[in-house]
Amino acid sequence: MPGRLSAVATAVVLMAMVVPAHAATIQITMENLAISPAEVSAKVGDTIEWVNKDVFAHTATANNGDFDVTLPPKKSAPFVVKKPGTVDYYCRYHPNMKATLKIGP
Amino acid sequence: MFVRCSAVIATVALLSSPAIAQGAKPTDPQIAHIAYTAGVIDITAAKQAIKKAKSKDVKTFAEDMVRDHETVNKQALALVKKLKVTPEDNDTSRALSKQASDKLAELDKLNGAAFDKAYVANEVAYHKSVNGALETELIPSANNAELKSLLQTGLKIFQGHQQHAEHVAAELK
Repeated sequence: MPGRLSAVATAVVLMAMVVPAHAATIQITMENLAISPAEVSAKVGDTIEWVNKDVFAHTATANNGDFDVTLPPKKSAPFVVKKPGTVDYYCRYHPNMKATLKIGP
Repeated sequence: MFVRCSAVIATVALLSSPAIAQGAKPTDPQIAHIAYTAGVIDITAAKQAIKKAKSKDVKTFAEDMVRDHETVNKQALALVKKLKVTPEDNDTSRALSKQASDKLAELDKLNGAAFDKAYVANEVAYHKSVNGALETELIPSANNAELKSLLQTGLKIFQGHQQHAEHVAAELK
């Protein structure tokens, strides 16, 4: 049994190594009407996961129209970034909530 | 122009309502009542707008107002229950209710685009005056830390609503 366990562990480690470095998941929290961190650097292919900890619904809406993700209360939602650039985004319901994604190639 | 004037008058009237203007420090039960009343007023206005609004953006905005203000008021009710505080009617909340029912009657006479503009203009003015009252009077006067914190969250939400209303107003022009 220990042999099998360590084989599994090795496999997990190997799998983690073969996953390309750019496919990271980055969590951004919306809590108490604030987006944190307010500025995040990511790469094309990364997944941004917004986590809404508020009892209010929020959105992550790009100023340039690249994305418009709705976040019901206490829910999270992912978005895979597809093109490089600096994207400012905000919450449509509470436009005083603002943040920036810096997406590298 | 008529709309803008009446919005300004409403703001001034609200800001100069007795309890707020004279700096008579409201108690926590009074603050809870004012904050809850302010929420109910905006929900009532939004429900009128959901029925009457012509623009989809205005209708959506009104639905957002119902959802957020009901959430805030639900939290407020849970908090007063927990703190065993009975919200207490007072001059400010009575003045707020009176102005709101006058406004509701005034808006009820309007239709279509004229209603949309007047409703959104009033939402901008109303949130601005409520935010002013929260910042200068209600939050500084609140004794209980949990009440203060709920009011602070409310202020951030309502500041968001004010900006949202300003965006909607700009797009109606």
